[in-house]
Amino acid sequence: MTARATKSRSRAGRIGGVSGSIVKCICPRGVKTGYDWSVMAALEVEIWRGEGNDGSWRCYAVPHQANQTVLDVVTHVQRHIDPSLAYRFACRVGMCGSCAMTVNGRPRWTCRTHVSRVSRKGRLRISPLRNLPVIRDLAVDMAPFFEKWRDAEARFVPSPVPVEEPVRPGEPARKAADAGIECINCAICYAACDSVAWNPDYPGPAALNRLWTLVNDRRDGDQDGHLEAAGTGCHLCRSHQECAEVCPTNLNPTTAIAGLKREVFRRTLARPPWEGRQ
Amino acid sequence: MRHGSWWAFLLHRLSGVALAVFLPFHFFVLGLAVERAALNDVLDWADNLWVKLAEAGLVVLLALHLTGGVRVLLLEFGRWSDRQQSRIALAGGLALLAGFGFLAAAFA
Repeated sequence: MTARATKSRSRAGRIGGVSGSIVKCICPRGVKTGYDWSVMAALEVEIWRGEGNDGSWRCYAVPHQANQTVLDVVTHVQRHIDPSLAYRFACRVGMCGSCAMTVNGRPRWTCRTHVSRVSRKGRLRISPLRNLPVIRDLAVDMAPFFEKWRDAEARFVPSPVPVEEPVRPGEPARKAADAGIECINCAICYAACDSVAWNPDYPGPAALNRLWTLVNDRRDGDQDGHLEAAGTGCHLCRSHQECAEVCPTNLNPTTAIAGLKREVFRRTLARPPWEGRQ
Repeated sequence: MRHGSWWAFLLHRLSGVALAVFLPFHFFVLGLAVERAALNDVLDWADNLWVKLAEAGLVVLLALHLTGGVRVLLLEFGRWSDRQQSRIALAGGLALLAGFGFLAAAFA
Protein backbone atom coordinates (compact mmCIF):
# COMPACT_ATOMS: atom_id res chain seq x y z
CA MET A 1 0.00 0.00 0.00
CA THR A 2 1.34 3.41 -0.87
CA ALA A 3 1.92 6.10 1.67
CA ARG A 4 -1.02 8.11 0.40
CA ALA A 5 -3.52 5.31 0.74
CA THR A 6 -2.21 4.49 4.20
CA LYS A 7 -2.69 8.10 5.25
CA SER A 8 -6.21 7.99 3.86
CA ARG A 9 -7.13 5.00 5.96
CA SER A 10 -5.58 6.29 9.15
CA ARG A 11 -7.50 9.56 8.85
CA ALA A 12 -10.67 7.60 8.30
CA GLY A 13 -10.22 6.00 11.67
CA ARG A 14 -10.72 9.34 13.36
CA ILE A 15 -14.16 9.60 11.82
CA GLY A 16 -15.23 7.26 14.60
CA GLY A 17 -15.97 10.37 16.64
CA VAL A 18 -19.38 10.50 15.00
CA SER A 19 -21.86 9.45 17.63
CA GLY A 20 -23.15 5.94 17.26
CA SER A 21 -21.45 5.30 13.96
CA ILE A 22 -19.23 2.48 12.85
CA VAL A 23 -16.46 3.45 10.50
CA LYS A 24 -15.28 1.08 7.86
CA CYS A 25 -12.69 2.23 5.36
CA ILE A 26 -12.57 0.56 1.99
CA CYS A 27 -9.22 1.46 0.49
CA PRO A 28 -8.56 1.10 -3.23
CA ARG A 29 -5.94 -1.60 -2.71
CA GLY A 30 -8.54 -3.92 -1.29
CA VAL A 31 -10.67 -3.84 -4.43
CA LYS A 32 -7.82 -3.74 -6.96
CA THR A 33 -8.81 -0.59 -8.82
CA GLY A 34 -5.40 -0.42 -10.40
CA TYR A 35 -4.79 3.21 -9.49
CA ASP A 36 -1.26 4.33 -8.82
CA TRP A 37 -1.80 6.38 -5.70
CA SER A 38 1.75 7.64 -5.78
CA VAL A 39 0.87 9.84 -8.76
CA MET A 40 -2.85 10.39 -8.16
CA ALA A 41 -4.45 12.45 -5.39
CA ALA A 42 -6.99 10.60 -3.29
CA LEU A 43 -10.22 12.10 -2.05
CA GLU A 44 -11.36 10.85 1.31
CA VAL A 45 -15.08 10.40 0.95
CA GLU A 46 -17.34 9.62 3.88
CA ILE A 47 -20.75 8.39 2.79
CA TRP A 48 -23.73 7.69 4.97
CA ARG A 49 -24.73 4.05 4.60
CA GLY A 50 -27.81 2.47 6.07
CA GLU A 51 -31.55 2.01 5.89
CA GLY A 52 -34.08 4.33 7.48
CA ASN A 53 -32.75 5.88 10.67
CA ASP A 54 -30.12 3.20 11.21
CA GLY A 55 -26.80 3.72 9.55
CA SER A 56 -23.19 4.72 9.81
CA TRP A 57 -20.47 6.62 7.98
CA ARG A 58 -18.13 4.70 5.74
CA CYS A 59 -14.98 6.03 4.20
CA TYR A 60 -13.83 5.49 0.63
CA ALA A 61 -10.73 6.62 -1.22
CA VAL A 62 -11.59 7.98 -4.64
CA PRO A 63 -9.14 9.33 -7.25
CA HIS A 64 -9.38 13.08 -7.57
CA GLN A 65 -9.71 14.25 -11.15
CA ALA A 66 -10.01 17.59 -12.88
CA ASN A 67 -13.56 18.95 -13.24
CA GLN A 68 -14.90 16.09 -11.12
CA THR A 69 -18.39 16.52 -9.71
CA VAL A 70 -19.70 15.11 -6.45
CA LEU A 71 -22.01 12.86 -8.48
CA ASP A 72 -18.92 11.54 -10.30
CA VAL A 73 -17.45 10.65 -6.92
CA VAL A 74 -20.57 8.81 -5.76
CA THR A 75 -20.82 7.02 -9.10
CA HIS A 76 -17.16 5.98 -8.83
CA VAL A 77 -17.79 4.49 -5.41
CA GLN A 78 -20.76 2.51 -6.65
CA ARG A 79 -19.18 1.27 -9.88
CA HIS A 80 -15.65 0.56 -8.70
CA ILE A 81 -15.68 0.06 -4.94
CA ASP A 82 -19.08 -0.85 -3.50
CA PRO A 83 -21.91 -1.78 -5.90
CA SER A 84 -24.40 -1.92 -3.04
CA LEU A 85 -24.42 1.89 -2.65
CA ALA A 86 -27.89 3.31 -3.32
CA TYR A 87 -28.30 6.81 -4.73
CA ARG A 88 -30.47 8.56 -7.28
CA PHE A 89 -29.67 10.50 -10.42
CA ALA A 90 -31.00 10.90 -13.94
CA CYS A 91 -29.96 13.70 -16.28
CA ARG A 92 -26.52 14.65 -14.87
CA VAL A 93 -26.89 18.18 -16.27
CA GLY A 94 -28.94 20.02 -13.64
CA MET A 95 -32.35 19.58 -15.24
CA CYS A 96 -34.12 16.79 -13.39
CA GLY A 97 -33.44 17.63 -9.75
CA SER A 98 -33.02 14.01 -8.67
CA CYS A 99 -29.39 13.90 -7.51
CA ALA A 100 -29.63 16.24 -4.50
CA MET A 101 -27.64 15.16 -1.45
CA THR A 102 -26.09 16.76 1.58
CA VAL A 103 -22.44 17.53 0.85
CA ASN A 104 -20.26 18.68 3.73
CA GLY A 105 -23.35 19.72 5.67
CA ARG A 106 -25.10 21.65 2.92
CA PRO A 107 -27.75 20.33 0.51
CA ARG A 108 -26.55 20.57 -3.10
CA TRP A 109 -27.27 19.28 -6.60
CA THR A 110 -24.38 16.90 -6.91
CA CYS A 111 -24.26 16.75 -10.71
CA ARG A 112 -23.36 20.44 -10.95
CA THR A 113 -21.22 20.70 -7.84
CA HIS A 114 -17.51 20.49 -8.52
CA VAL A 115 -15.45 18.67 -5.93
CA SER A 116 -12.77 21.35 -6.09
CA ARG A 117 -15.32 23.90 -4.89
CA VAL A 118 -16.68 22.02 -1.88
CA SER A 119 -14.02 19.59 -0.63
CA ARG A 120 -12.21 20.52 2.55
CA LYS A 121 -8.58 19.43 2.46
CA GLY A 122 -9.48 16.66 0.07
CA ARG A 123 -12.37 15.38 2.14
CA LEU A 124 -16.04 15.05 1.31
CA ARG A 125 -18.86 14.01 3.60
CA ILE A 126 -21.98 12.96 1.73
CA SER A 127 -25.31 12.10 3.32
CA PRO A 128 -28.97 11.96 2.27
CA LEU A 129 -31.17 15.06 2.24
CA ARG A 130 -32.50 16.27 5.57
CA ASN A 131 -36.25 16.46 6.39
CA LEU A 132 -37.09 13.45 4.23
CA PRO A 133 -37.23 9.76 5.21
CA VAL A 134 -34.20 7.79 4.10
CA ILE A 135 -34.93 4.74 1.97
CA ARG A 136 -31.35 3.50 1.82
CA ASP A 137 -27.92 5.13 1.79
CA LEU A 138 -28.23 8.38 -0.19
CA ALA A 139 -31.72 7.79 -1.59
CA VAL A 140 -34.56 9.53 0.22
CA ASP A 141 -38.29 9.07 -0.10
CA MET A 142 -39.54 12.17 -1.95
CA ALA A 143 -43.20 11.36 -1.30
CA PRO A 144 -43.68 13.78 1.65
CA PHE A 145 -42.23 16.61 -0.44
CA PHE A 146 -44.64 16.05 -3.31
CA GLU A 147 -47.58 15.27 -1.02
CA LYS A 148 -47.19 18.68 0.61
CA TRP A 149 -46.96 20.21 -2.85
CA ARG A 150 -50.25 18.47 -3.73
CA ASP A 151 -51.94 19.36 -0.41
CA ALA A 152 -50.98 23.02 -0.91
CA GLU A 153 -52.95 22.84 -4.17
CA ALA A 154 -49.95 24.25 -5.97
CA ARG A 155 -51.16 23.25 -9.42
CA PHE A 156 -52.38 25.20 -12.39
CA VAL A 157 -56.17 25.53 -12.71
CA PRO A 158 -57.12 26.67 -16.21
CA SER A 159 -59.33 29.72 -16.31
CA PRO A 160 -62.89 28.78 -17.36
CA VAL A 161 -62.96 31.76 -19.70
CA PRO A 162 -60.19 32.55 -22.18
CA VAL A 163 -57.78 35.32 -21.20
CA GLU A 164 -58.54 37.95 -23.82
CA GLU A 165 -55.76 40.39 -22.99
CA PRO A 166 -52.44 38.82 -24.06
CA VAL A 167 -50.01 38.08 -21.26
CA ARG A 168 -47.00 40.35 -21.80
CA PRO A 169 -43.57 39.36 -20.45
CA GLY A 170 -42.97 42.82 -19.03
CA GLU A 171 -46.08 43.17 -16.88
CA PRO A 172 -45.30 43.09 -13.14
CA ALA A 173 -47.35 40.00 -12.29
CA ARG A 174 -45.80 38.02 -15.13
CA LYS A 175 -42.32 39.08 -14.04
CA ALA A 176 -43.10 37.93 -10.48
CA ALA A 177 -44.29 34.58 -11.84
CA ASP A 178 -41.30 34.21 -14.16
CA ALA A 179 -38.94 34.78 -11.23
CA GLY A 180 -40.07 31.50 -9.67
CA ILE A 181 -40.91 29.11 -12.49
CA GLU A 182 -37.51 27.52 -13.01
CA CYS A 183 -37.89 25.24 -9.99
CA ILE A 184 -36.59 21.73 -10.74
CA ASN A 185 -38.25 20.07 -7.70
CA CYS A 186 -34.93 18.95 -6.26
CA ALA A 187 -36.11 19.47 -2.62
CA ILE A 188 -32.82 21.16 -1.70
CA CYS A 189 -34.72 24.12 -0.23
CA TYR A 190 -36.99 21.68 1.62
CA ALA A 191 -33.96 19.94 3.12
CA ALA A 192 -32.29 23.20 4.15
CA CYS A 193 -35.39 24.74 5.75
CA ASP A 194 -35.55 24.80 9.55
CA SER A 195 -39.25 25.70 9.43
CA VAL A 196 -39.86 22.36 7.67
CA ALA A 197 -37.80 20.59 10.33
CA TRP A 198 -39.65 22.30 13.18
CA ASN A 199 -43.21 22.14 11.90
CA PRO A 200 -44.58 19.14 9.97
CA ASP A 201 -47.55 21.23 8.81
CA TYR A 202 -45.35 23.69 6.93
CA PRO A 203 -45.69 23.06 3.16
CA GLY A 204 -42.10 24.06 2.45
CA PRO A 205 -40.51 26.70 0.24
CA ALA A 206 -40.91 24.90 -3.10
CA ALA A 207 -44.68 24.38 -2.84
CA LEU A 208 -45.25 27.97 -1.69
CA ASN A 209 -42.98 29.31 -4.42
CA ARG A 210 -45.11 27.44 -6.95
CA LEU A 211 -48.28 28.87 -5.39
CA TRP A 212 -46.92 32.38 -5.80
CA THR A 213 -46.22 31.81 -9.50
CA LEU A 214 -49.85 30.67 -9.92
CA VAL A 215 -51.23 33.65 -7.98
CA ASN A 216 -49.39 35.88 -10.44
CA ASP A 217 -50.51 33.95 -13.51
CA ARG A 218 -53.53 35.60 -15.17
CA ARG A 219 -54.29 32.40 -17.06
CA ASP A 220 -54.94 30.60 -13.78
CA GLY A 221 -58.62 30.54 -12.82
CA ASP A 222 -58.43 29.87 -9.08
CA GLN A 223 -56.51 32.72 -7.45
CA ASP A 224 -58.78 32.72 -4.40
CA GLY A 225 -58.32 28.98 -3.97
CA HIS A 226 -54.54 29.30 -4.14
CA LEU A 227 -54.50 32.08 -1.56
CA GLU A 228 -56.84 30.17 0.70
CA ALA A 229 -54.53 27.16 0.44
CA ALA A 230 -51.55 29.36 1.27
CA GLY A 231 -53.42 31.05 4.11
CA THR A 232 -52.00 29.28 7.13
CA GLY A 233 -49.02 27.55 5.60
CA CYS A 234 -47.20 30.64 4.36
CA HIS A 235 -47.26 32.23 7.82
CA LEU A 236 -45.31 29.28 9.23
CA CYS A 237 -42.25 30.53 7.33
CA ARG A 238 -39.76 32.19 9.69
CA SER A 239 -37.93 34.03 6.88
CA HIS A 240 -34.58 32.39 7.60
CA GLN A 241 -33.90 32.61 3.85
CA GLU A 242 -32.07 29.30 3.83
CA CYS A 243 -34.07 28.34 0.74
CA ALA A 244 -32.70 31.33 -1.18
CA GLU A 245 -29.18 30.55 0.04
CA VAL A 246 -29.16 27.00 -1.28
CA CYS A 247 -31.43 27.05 -4.36
CA PRO A 248 -29.29 25.66 -7.20
CA THR A 249 -31.22 27.60 -9.84
CA ASN A 250 -30.90 30.84 -7.87
CA LEU A 251 -34.61 31.21 -7.14
CA ASN A 252 -35.68 33.11 -4.05
CA PRO A 253 -38.63 31.31 -2.42
CA THR A 254 -38.46 33.72 0.52
CA THR A 255 -39.55 36.51 -1.81
CA ALA A 256 -42.42 34.37 -3.07
CA ILE A 257 -43.52 33.46 0.46
CA ALA A 258 -43.33 37.11 1.53
CA GLY A 259 -45.55 37.94 -1.45
CA LEU A 260 -48.06 35.30 -0.37
CA LYS A 261 -48.06 36.65 3.20
CA ARG A 262 -48.75 40.16 1.92
CA GLU A 263 -51.53 39.03 -0.41
CA VAL A 264 -53.19 36.81 2.21
CA PHE A 265 -52.99 39.66 4.74
CA ARG A 266 -54.41 42.19 2.26
CA ARG A 267 -57.34 39.93 1.36
CA THR A 268 -58.03 39.20 5.03
CA LEU A 269 -58.24 42.92 5.78
CA ALA A 270 -60.42 43.55 2.72
CA ARG A 271 -62.93 40.90 3.74
CA PRO A 272 -65.78 42.17 5.94
CA PRO A 273 -65.54 40.68 9.47
CA TRP A 274 -69.07 39.30 9.33
CA GLU A 275 -68.04 36.99 6.48
CA GLY A 276 -65.69 35.20 8.86
CA ARG A 277 -62.68 33.19 7.92
CA GLN A 278 -62.75 31.13 4.80
CA MET B 1 -25.99 25.59 7.64
CA ARG B 2 -26.01 28.96 9.33
CA HIS B 3 -25.89 32.38 7.72
CA GLY B 4 -26.69 36.00 8.54
CA SER B 5 -30.47 35.81 8.25
CA TRP B 6 -30.58 32.72 10.47
CA TRP B 7 -28.51 34.39 13.18
CA ALA B 8 -30.72 37.50 12.89
CA PHE B 9 -33.76 35.30 13.44
CA LEU B 10 -32.14 33.62 16.45
CA LEU B 11 -31.12 36.91 18.08
CA HIS B 12 -34.59 38.35 17.50
CA ARG B 13 -36.20 35.30 19.09
CA LEU B 14 -33.80 35.11 22.04
CA SER B 15 -34.05 38.84 22.75
CA GLY B 16 -37.83 38.47 22.84
CA VAL B 17 -37.62 35.58 25.31
CA ALA B 18 -35.11 37.47 27.48
CA LEU B 19 -37.38 40.53 27.56
CA ALA B 20 -40.36 38.39 28.48
CA VAL B 21 -38.37 37.04 31.42
CA PHE B 22 -37.24 40.52 32.45
CA LEU B 23 -40.55 42.38 32.17
CA PRO B 24 -42.25 40.85 35.28
CA PHE B 25 -39.27 41.96 37.37
CA HIS B 26 -39.43 45.41 35.78
CA PHE B 27 -43.12 45.78 36.58
CA PHE B 28 -42.52 44.55 40.12
CA VAL B 29 -39.98 47.33 40.67
CA LEU B 30 -42.36 49.87 39.17
CA GLY B 31 -45.00 48.60 41.56
CA LEU B 32 -42.72 49.52 44.43
CA ALA B 33 -43.26 53.18 43.48
CA VAL B 34 -46.47 52.96 45.49
CA GLU B 35 -44.25 52.74 48.52
CA ARG B 36 -41.73 55.50 47.87
CA ALA B 37 -39.14 54.30 50.39
CA ALA B 38 -38.98 50.84 48.85
CA LEU B 39 -38.47 52.30 45.38
CA ASN B 40 -35.64 54.48 46.67
CA ASP B 41 -34.00 51.39 48.15
CA VAL B 42 -34.10 49.68 44.73
CA LEU B 43 -32.77 52.79 42.99
CA ASP B 44 -29.91 53.04 45.50
CA TRP B 45 -29.09 49.37 44.98
CA ALA B 46 -29.10 49.86 41.21
CA ASP B 47 -26.69 52.78 41.35
CA ASN B 48 -23.47 50.86 40.70
CA LEU B 49 -21.35 49.83 37.72
CA TRP B 50 -22.53 46.23 37.38
CA VAL B 51 -26.22 47.04 37.42
CA LYS B 52 -25.64 49.84 34.89
CA LEU B 53 -23.86 47.37 32.62
CA ALA B 54 -26.72 44.91 33.02
CA GLU B 55 -29.20 47.66 32.21
CA ALA B 56 -27.20 48.53 29.11
CA GLY B 57 -27.53 44.87 28.11
CA LEU B 58 -31.29 45.13 28.54
CA VAL B 59 -31.34 48.26 26.41
CA VAL B 60 -29.43 46.39 23.68
CA LEU B 61 -31.91 43.50 23.90
CA LEU B 62 -34.85 45.86 23.67
CA ALA B 63 -33.32 47.76 20.74
CA LEU B 64 -32.35 44.49 19.06
CA HIS B 65 -35.90 43.21 19.32
CA LEU B 66 -37.24 46.50 17.97
CA THR B 67 -34.88 46.80 15.01
CA GLY B 68 -35.12 43.06 14.32
CA GLY B 69 -38.90 43.34 14.27
CA VAL B 70 -38.79 46.26 11.87
CA ARG B 71 -36.45 44.24 9.66
CA VAL B 72 -38.91 41.33 9.56
CA LEU B 73 -41.82 43.68 8.81
CA LEU B 74 -39.86 45.27 5.98
CA LEU B 75 -38.90 41.83 4.68
CA GLU B 76 -42.45 40.51 4.68
CA PHE B 77 -44.50 43.61 3.95
CA GLY B 78 -42.12 45.91 2.13
CA ARG B 79 -40.66 45.79 -1.35
CA TRP B 80 -38.07 43.03 -1.58
CA SER B 81 -34.47 44.14 -1.31
CA ASP B 82 -31.38 42.06 -2.03
CA ARG B 83 -29.58 44.03 0.67
CA GLN B 84 -30.73 41.75 3.48
CA GLN B 85 -27.26 41.46 5.01
CA SER B 86 -26.96 45.26 5.12
CA ARG B 87 -30.30 45.47 6.90
CA ILE B 88 -29.17 42.89 9.44
CA ALA B 89 -25.97 44.82 10.04
CA LEU B 90 -27.95 48.05 10.41
CA ALA B 91 -30.38 46.47 12.89
CA GLY B 92 -27.53 45.10 15.00
CA GLY B 93 -25.55 48.33 14.75
CA LEU B 94 -28.47 50.47 15.90
CA ALA B 95 -29.05 48.16 18.86
CA LEU B 96 -25.41 48.40 19.95
CA LEU B 97 -25.50 52.15 19.46
CA ALA B 98 -28.50 52.36 21.78
CA GLY B 99 -26.61 50.38 24.41
CA PHE B 100 -23.53 52.59 24.20
CA GLY B 101 -25.76 55.68 24.27
CA PHE B 102 -27.35 54.42 27.47
CA LEU B 103 -23.96 53.83 29.07
CA ALA B 104 -22.73 57.27 27.99
CA ALA B 105 -25.82 58.87 29.56
CA ALA B 106 -25.54 56.75 32.72
CA PHE B 107 -21.95 57.76 33.42
CA ALA B 108 -22.14 61.31 32.10
